Order: sequence, then C-alpha cells, then structure tokens
Amino acid sequence: MQTFDLEAQGLRALNASLHALKGLTNQTAWEIINPKGSHAIAVGVDAPIEITVRGSTGYYCAGMNKQATIRVKGSAGPGVAENMMSGTVIVDGDASQYAGATGNGGLLVIKGNAASRCGISMKGIDIVVHGNIGHMSCFMAQSGNVVVLGDAGDALGDSLYEARLFVRGSVKSLGADCIEKEMRPEHLALLADLLKRGEADGKAKPEEFKRYGSARKLYNFNIDNASAY
Amino acid sequence: MCGIVGLFLKDPKLEPQLGALLTDMLITMTDRGPDSAGIAIYSGAKDGLGKITVQSAQPEVDFKTLDADLHDAIGKPVAMLVKSTHAVLELPLDQLDAARTALAHLRPGVKVMSAGDSIEIFKEVGLPKDVAARFGVSKMKGTHGIGHTRMATESAVTTMGAHPFSTGTDQCLVHNGSLSNHNGVRRMLKREGMTFETENDTEVAAAFISHRLKEGDKLGEAMEATLTDLDGFFTFVVGTHNGFGVVRDPIACKPAVMAETDQYVAFGSEYRALVNLPGIETARVWEPEPATVYFWER
Repeated sequence: MQTFDLEAQGLRALNASLHALKGLTNQTAWEIINPKGSHAIAVGVDAPIEITVRGSTGYYCAGMNKQATIRVKGSAGPGVAENMMSGTVIVDGDASQYAGATGNGGLLVIKGNAASRCGISMKGIDIVVHGNIGHMSCFMAQSGNVVVLGDAGDALGDSLYEARLFVRGSVKSLGADCIEKEMRPEHLALLADLLKRGEADGKAKPEEFKRYGSARKLYNFNIDNASAY
Repeated sequence: MCGIVGLFLKDPKLEPQLGALLTDMLITMTDRGPDSAGIAIYSGAKDGLGKITVQSAQPEVDFKTLDADLHDAIGKPVAMLVKSTHAVLELPLDQLDAARTALAHLRPGVKVMSAGDSIEIFKEVGLPKDVAARFGVSKMKGTHGIGHTRMATESAVTTMGAHPFSTGTDQCLVHNGSLSNHNGVRRMLKREGMTFETENDTEVAAAFISHRLKEGDKLGEAMEATLTDLDGFFTFVVGTHNGFGVVRDPIACKPAVMAETDQYVAFGSEYRALVNLPGIETARVWEPEPATVYFWER
C-alpha cells in the first residue's frame, strides 16, 4: 500500500506519481489522505491500480480515468469521473454537478445523490446512482446506461440519443424527445448486472425500474418536428 | 467565477473566533476571485448604538477630525475607529440617517459601506489575504459574517465594485454569477426610490431584496422573489441583522456547499473553504438545491 499525504506532498507530485505507473506495476494499492476538497485528484490515471481517497474531493476527481478503480470515501465536487474511458469510480457520499460528463466507458457509482447534469453528453459510460439525480441529467447522452435508484429532476434526457436511462423513483419532467419505453427481458438482465456491479443489488430489484430513451425525432432537423425542440 | 464564504454561529462560544474562521475560509477561495475581497461582519448590537462603516481613497485627509465634525453636525457623541481605508463610526442608533446626511455634506468623497446596529463591511481591491490583513479581520468577533472573493465580470475592479453590497440597514448580499436584466431592474428600483452607487449587477440584486424587505416581505419571501424577477446566473448569500440566507438560480451552474453542526451553519463556494471548520468531519454537508431558499434566523 502506497500512502500519499496530499496536503504534505502536493497535487502535482501525486498525479505525476500516478501517471508514471504504466501497464503492470507492483504498486497496485494507493491511499490518498488529506484530500480536503482539492481539485483534480487522480486525474488521467492509466493503470490497473486501486486508489482510495480518504475524504471529500473538489472539481474533476478521477477525470479521464483509464483502468483504475478509484474510491472516494467522502463526497465529490463537480465533474467527478468526467470523460472516464474505463475502470471504476465509486463515490461513497454525494456528487456535485456533471458527474460522469462525456464519459466514454467504465463504471461510475455514486452511493449518495448526484446533482444537476449527471451523465451529460455521456458516450458509453455506465452510471449507477443510489440516491437521486438533479435537473438536466443525461442531456444529449449518446450511449451507455444510467441507473437511478431514487428520483430524477427536471428535463431528464433532453435531446437524448441512444443512452438507456433506468429510474426507480419519480421523474420530475422528461426533456425534449425523451420518452418512457417498454422494459424488455434484455433490459432486466442488463439492470441486474448493473445493480450488482454498482453495489446496489441488495437495495433494488430490476422490476422496480422504468426505462426511458429517445423518441428519435430530433436526430436531424425536420420542420414537422419544430414544436418538439 | 468568484468565491463566497459565510458563517452563521449558533454557539456563542465560537463568536470570538468568527473573524479568524472567516479569514481562513476567504483565503482558501483566493483562486476563485483574486482581484478584490470583502467581508461583512455582524459584530453584535450595543444598546441604543448604531454603526456606519465608511471608506475613503484618502483616509488620512477624510478621517482627520471626522468624528468631531460629525459630532458638531448631529449634536451627539460619535466614536471613530479607523481601519486602513475604512472607519467605523459609532453613534446613537436614532442618528444614523442624520449622520449619513451630514456625512455627504461634510465629506463628499467618503463612501458609506454599511449602516446598522451590528453590520460592518470592509472591502478593497487586492488579494484576499492582503485585504483581510489590512482590516485585521481575523481578530473580529461576531455572530455571523459573509465574505467574497471577486473575479470581476460585469463592472470594473474597484473598491465599490467589490462585494458585499449593502443597500439597507444591517443588510448585505454577495453574489457568484452575473445578471442579465440588471439595468431594467435598476431603473424600476430607482423609480421606487432606491439609490445606487455603482453600475454593478450585484448591487441591483442587493437593492432588489432591500426594497422587498422595505415593502414588508420576510427575508425568505424577498429571496424567493429573486427567482422570478432576476434573470441570469446567481448564487446569493444574504445577511441581515439576525439572519443568513442562501439561494441559487434554477440552472444552478454556480457551485455551493453547505455544512451544519450544532455550533454553526457554513456556506462555501467549494468544500475546500469549509475543511478547517471545527467538527466538519461529522457535519451534515450538502449541496443546496436549485431555486430553493434556505435561511436561518436567530
């Protein structure tokens, strides 16, 4: 276990140490202490390692992550796991706005609530939120899956492409071109897997969710759909 | 960008540390707003006494004999404490309006930062640590306070453009964001008799709330009205004689974190600003919801 005191050693030294780990390494377990809400903790990691952050983080924690498993033992500020490519990021507390934005792959788990714009413009990431998500979540989400055990705020999935959204609680309002869709057996199987990987299988069953997706009317401009914009 | 910090104490034992805690929070927010900084401290009322905090670009000229001159003008005792470019004038509470009128006549170059029975506002251009040091904020005591670090967008980097803005007795407001309809709202408020010192958008928000309070709104109602009447991006933190409130616009782009313990309610633009508060490890920490008014009153 490598222990890194962020307050004493500094952010640049931390991220330089993590970036130096390429491919297989013996330093597979890292612990970051005294994060104190700092920005850009463990951004751009590209190695199959496990990182535990002991406390709450500021902007962009675990951004652009590849391969690593990063666990935040606290809450995360705006843009956690932004543009993640692969690997897993688990936030034990809440996440601020645009969690998992533009994510290409990997799994983001938020054990508390996520604020506004969760999964905005996501491109393949899977996001499991144990609590609620805020307004304008999954705006222009292109692909990937979002699972919300609680409620969703206003304008869920506005201008949605092909991401699949599963919400167990209420949806305050759906965004333009986002509609409720039939839950088929393959979706239940997908949900069961996501709940398990998202450490939520004891909390909810796939049958309790509703599925939302794109009505596919806004992909290309069509004058007949002008009122839907 | 801009950074906001705020602290509302529930536990009187922390009151001697209010300035020190706020200074630490303010300096942490330097990179959100390095061009100017300000702080409003509610230091507690003394029976029958009020305070006017004034600012001058030439303090050695303007503040010389100001207390005596003001005494002569209003015929009541005036005590003055000079702190760098600011001075706190202590005088009978019922003389606040008379003193402001006399002040405008005696020292036309002097600007009033705040007036009331408890509030003192200190603000200047410069790094937050330098601004806090020149006014000795870390030694100040009080019941609640609000600080701001400014990265200017809507008006020039000047002392009067720094926050907090005070547009009513014992009231103040700080802002992260920018308003797009402030010129129209300013015109409307001018017709209603409100006066303005700057072209700044935040001053309009402060005056909007002051006007609503004057019309009989409670603090929560006045803050609620900002959601319908002010257009733009905002996180506002508002202080009154006995209260402290927070509201974010419905889009809620501007960050905000709150923490509450048995001892205090704290606000920070980021969690970083709160990490050195006593008991933060076990505090209830949350992000205030968009378009939702939060306020605490003692």
